[in-house]
Order: sequence, then structure tokens, then C-alpha cells
Amino acid sequence: MPKEILLGDEAVALGAVQAGLSGAYSYPGTPASEIMEYLIRVSDGGRAFHAAWSVNEKTAFEEALGCAFAGKRAFVSFKHVGLNVAADPFMSAALTGVQGGFIVCSADDPGMHSSQNEQDSRFYAQFAQIPCFEPADHQEAYDMTREAYDLSERLGLPVMVRMTTRLSHSRAGVETLPARPQNPHHRGAKECWTLLPSNARLRFKRVLELQAELVRYADASPFNRLALNPGDRRLGIIASGLGYNYVMENFPDETSRPSILKISTYPLPETKIRELVAHVDSVLVVEEGFPLIERLLRGLYGVPGKKILGKIDGALPLQGELTPETVRAAVGLPALARQSCEGFPLANRPPQLCVGCPHADTFKALKTALAGQPEAVIFSDIGCYTLGYFPPHNAVDTCVCMGASVGMAHGAADAGIHPAVGVIGDSTFGHSGMTALLSASAADARMVLVILDNGTVAMTGTQPSFATGQRLLEIVAGLGIAKEHVRVITPLPKFHEENTRVFREEIAHPGLSVVVAVRECLEEAKKKNKLGGAQ
Amino acid sequence: MSEMRKQDIILAGVGGQGILSIAFVIDSAALREGLSVKQAEVHGMAQRGGAVTSHLRLSRDRVWSDLIPRGEADLILSVEPLEALRYLDFLKPGGRVVTSSTPFINIPDYPDKAALLARIKAVPGSVIVDSETLAKQAGSSRAQNTVMLGAASRFLLPGEDGLRESIRLLFGKRGDKILEANLKAFEAGKQAAA
Repeated sequence: MPKEILLGDEAVALGAVQAGLSGAYSYPGTPASEIMEYLIRVSDGGRAFHAAWSVNEKTAFEEALGCAFAGKRAFVSFKHVGLNVAADPFMSAALTGVQGGFIVCSADDPGMHSSQNEQDSRFYAQFAQIPCFEPADHQEAYDMTREAYDLSERLGLPVMVRMTTRLSHSRAGVETLPARPQNPHHRGAKECWTLLPSNARLRFKRVLELQAELVRYADASPFNRLALNPGDRRLGIIASGLGYNYVMENFPDETSRPSILKISTYPLPETKIRELVAHVDSVLVVEEGFPLIERLLRGLYGVPGKKILGKIDGALPLQGELTPETVRAAVGLPALARQSCEGFPLANRPPQLCVGCPHADTFKALKTALAGQPEAVIFSDIGCYTLGYFPPHNAVDTCVCMGASVGMAHGAADAGIHPAVGVIGDSTFGHSGMTALLSASAADARMVLVILDNGTVAMTGTQPSFATGQRLLEIVAGLGIAKEHVRVITPLPKFHEENTRVFREEIAHPGLSVVVAVRECLEEAKKKNKLGGAQ
Repeated sequence: MSEMRKQDIILAGVGGQGILSIAFVIDSAALREGLSVKQAEVHGMAQRGGAVTSHLRLSRDRVWSDLIPRGEADLILSVEPLEALRYLDFLKPGGRVVTSSTPFINIPDYPDKAALLARIKAVPGSVIVDSETLAKQAGSSRAQNTVMLGAASRFLLPGEDGLRESIRLLFGKRGDKILEANLKAFEAGKQAAA
């Protein structure tokens, strides 16, 4: 079999393609972006299958759901917080069920390498009562994605594939299987897909009735591997995802391994878990993310006569990623000897805006205009410009979630904050800022919204933006902002005075203003130059 | 190096310095030699001028963890001296540091260069190379990563010819001039470390 070296993200994507994918949708977000980048690369310009970025994750989910309604195999991917945005259709898609196989790939970011919070998408799968696969390596990412399509079509349920940063962004060899063809059209029945209460009750009953079958599936699945050590009854380990790799890393010698149950699918394989627990005195649960398995195992009363170890009792940290070292300590092995740089001042090197970035010029003019107004608040958003938090810019007071800058500036203005300034990028505005601006426009909120139009989704690797250029200006006009209070500036050092004046004027305006700062992202320009050079 | 069964390498640098290119060259050469490979990368926010690292694990056996455990790394290969020290606690006793001497200063509290280089020299077997000068001489100031790859080449599990072949694979598509500069940069680094 051929072996390809792939990112974990790419292994999922290729698994979907070769399972007979017809339509894939996504919104960029680390660590999931590389899934759609790969899908677009291999889609042959859409001739092989449809693969496209969407305006946000909710829309991406609904587009994929439409594809599954048509009987085709559909795929939607995003980072963990994207699932929050898509949570509305996600929860109800469990009820509609699907005609063609439907995979939701959610990539969690424990340790918050590039995120505003930690989440564990397995809880969402549990919440919606749909199956979830959790691969530990690249081969499993490929194999499980193919298996997930089979399960999805057999049960008529959406299925989640849960990824985490380290697997998403690590490369390894993957053996692939022959590709299978796409599904023919086979549209859904309206009584299944129209979630009026009378239909929805029946559909929810169906989901509940499927749960026992899902547990039977988990117990039978070879992905959930139980390896008992008959000679050692002291410690048993339940490990999932990357946690399993860290356990195995610390026990390379098969003969001295404790009993291990590898968990790869949810809901959990209950019989296998009982078998392991019965065999040992103590059970250590090693899972990436929140203690989902551990909490279920522990319950309210614990397991009589057994000791349960994991994140809840402090054997492993509750926050951040697992590492080979934290797992090594939890299984009771001594730390490896290592070198040390203790005593030497290792200055941190945080990420920062590129030299010459248009955002820096916008921040400079905005800060100059706000000088002497310590009560001013800049509500920022998700993107490269969040780095404006750091010196020398000091131009960010908040960053919460996609689009929050607009709504928060509005609410703060209502509460008497002045000046209340929102700062949002063009793609984030398209994602979640437009509806909030409509709300602010209807109220003529006393705030200034600055839209940084650099024409791309820069932070995640310059994916296309939908609300940029002339279309952005037309959207803003269409949302009802008074023409004289929509100002366009060019953030360049030579226009600093002029731009500062524009900000001053609009801050003084007792209603809603929008300032659009238009200049192309340097990374985007570099990419275009490279492409131009290669032609 | 063929007697080694496995090699764990920490690649270090600043976002934009070409760490992932070095990783590609080594791991594609390793794959052709039939080794198992896992290569953990940093994407996203940190790539904007922040500290970046890649964990590269090569083995004749199965590789489990994507991350190198602290105390397992055989080699730290860095395109920047401060970044070389940042991951010293990954290095096993007897592990080696191969680093550029050229600081990338984009922070206000960058340490004193002489003290920095002295601390690196305190690691037995460390190799320090002036990648900036050598890359310019080779014809591309952007080829510092390839200079450092050359400097580390005699310590790497994959053979030199395989590394050169990977350089051709990677840079060949960017034009003859860039490929030529990188092949020269590789040789210059190799000689500087000899």
C-alpha cells in the first residue's frame, strides 16, 4: 500500500475524500484550517468534489447539511469555538439525521496555542447524543474518518471526528485504501427534516433509541483496544487520543506494560471498561481535554474498592495539554535526566504584527485620536490585530469571540462608555459582525466601528475574505449607516495626520460611525507576488 | 550515524525563519531510508514573529508521541541563538546544540549576545555557525536555515546525499538560482561545522 506523509488534518481530509466525499465546507481557524486547505488543493477546482470556505461555521454546517440532505457525503470542519457558532444546526442535525454520511470535524486547542479558550468537543457530541471518533495518530485519523462515514450512513446520524492541535499539526506516514465513488442523489423525507414539534418529538425518540446500539458498536469496535496484563493487577490505564501515545511512549516494552484500554469512540465501550476496572485495583484515566471519561467512571459515589486517578484527583493537570512528562509522572515513573538552562534569562518572544502591517498604522492613528481620553475603550476582536494588545500599540482592551467587538461596543456605549470603539477585521465582520452592526445601526449607538479591511483572513494563512473591498462598503451602507459617517482611510504612515483627524471627527459624532481602513495584508501581497513569479 | 536506532531533534527559530523547510528536508530523507517519522509543527499565531519549534522524531521502530519528551532530544538545531537555549531542557545529557550565532532581535529585552553564546558553548559538543555571513556568500540571505541544516548534517540520522536530494525536491520548484544558493548554503554550513 502507498504511504503518504500527511498532517493529521490532511489525514482526516484524505480519509473523507477517499470515502466518497461530495461536499466540504469550513471557516478558517487554527488548528483546523489545514483540513480545508488540503481539500481545496485536491478538489481539482471543484471538479472532483465541492470544497469551499464559508462565511462562518454555522453557514458551513448548514451548507454541509444540505449536501447530506441530498444523499451525498458531506463534511464540515472548524476549530472548537467554531462549533459554538455552529451549535444551533449541530444540535438539531442529530434529530433530522442525514441521508448521505455527514462528518463534523472539530479541532480542539488544549493549551490555547491559538485560541481564546479551551473546550472539549467530545462534550458536544455527548450533548447531541451522536457518535464521536477520537484518533490518536495519523493512520487512525484516516481510517476513522472512513469508518465514521460508514457508521453515519448506517445509522443516519451525523458523526463527529475530534482532533486536537498536536495531531492536527504533526506529520507522519499514512497508508491509504482505494477510493470509493460518491453517493447518488437521494433526497431526505420532509417528515424527517421538518422539525415541527410533532415531527421533532419522533426524531428525538429515534436518537434516544439509537444510544444502546452506539454502546454496542463501541464495545465491538476494534478501535477500542483492551490489552490486559494478566500478571499485573495493580494499575490499569484508560487512555484516549494523544493521551494514549504518551502512555505508550512511557512503556515501550510490551512485557512491562500495565493493562491498557484505548478509547477511540464515544459513547464509551461500557463492557470493555468494566472488564478493565474489574482486573485492576487502580485506574488512571489519561485523556486530552476535560475529564469526560474520568467523570463518567467516577460518578457521584466512585467505584467501590477501586481507586480512580486522573485530572479530577490531580494526578494530571486540569488545564493545558497533556505532555509525555505529565503522563510519565502520573504513571509513577521518575523524570528523565535532562539538561537545563536555569539561571539564564530566556526573554519571551511573543508573536507580533509584521513590520509594516497596516493594522499598526491604524492603531497609531486611533491611539493618537484617543489621547487624553483615558475613559476610551477599544473593543477588539479575533484576528492578527488582537496582537495590538501588546506594546507599542496598547490598542486592545477586549477580545472575546468572533464579532464581539461590535456588540460589546454597542452595549458599553449604552452603559455610558465614551468613546466606545470597536475594531474588527473584514473577514470577522463578515463572519459575525454584520448582524451586530445592524443592531447598532437600528439604535444609532454612540460608537465608532473600525473595520480593518486587509482583504484576507491573515492569521490563519490568508484564506479568502467575503466582506472586503467594494462589497464591504456596500454591506455597511446597506446596514443603514449614514453615508457621511462611513469614512474610508488608507492606513499608511504618510496619512497619519489625516487619519487621526477622521477618527477625531467620528468620535465626536453623537451617533454611529464606521471607519474602514483599507490596505492589503503584507502576507497576502507576498503570496500574490510568489504566485505571479511562478507563472 | 547508521548505528543509531532513533533520533529526536528539536528544530528552533523565529516564525518566518524556515524551520518547517528544514523539517521537510530531514523527514523526507528519513522516509526514503525507511525510517518512521513524526514531525510536530507550530502553526497559527506564533508564526507571526514568535518563537517557533518543531519536534522531529526519526526511528527504525514505531514512534508513539508526537512530542519529544523532555530529556529525550539528541539534538537541538536552531536558526537563532536565543531560541537554541529555550528548549535546552528537552536535551538529554550528552545531547548536542547546533545553532546560528546570528541573533534575531524583535524584542526589547534580548539578552547580551556574548553571554548568550557563552551559555551555548557551555553545552558540551555545541556547534555555533555564522549563518548570516555564510548564507549571503552562498547567494541568498534567506538561506540561513539551509546553512544550519548543512552544519548539522554530519550528526543527522539520514545520509547527506538524501538530504541534498530533499533540498532539490524542495527548492527545485522555486527556480535554479534559489536551488543553487541553497545547495551552496548546505555545503558552506557543513564545512563551517567540520
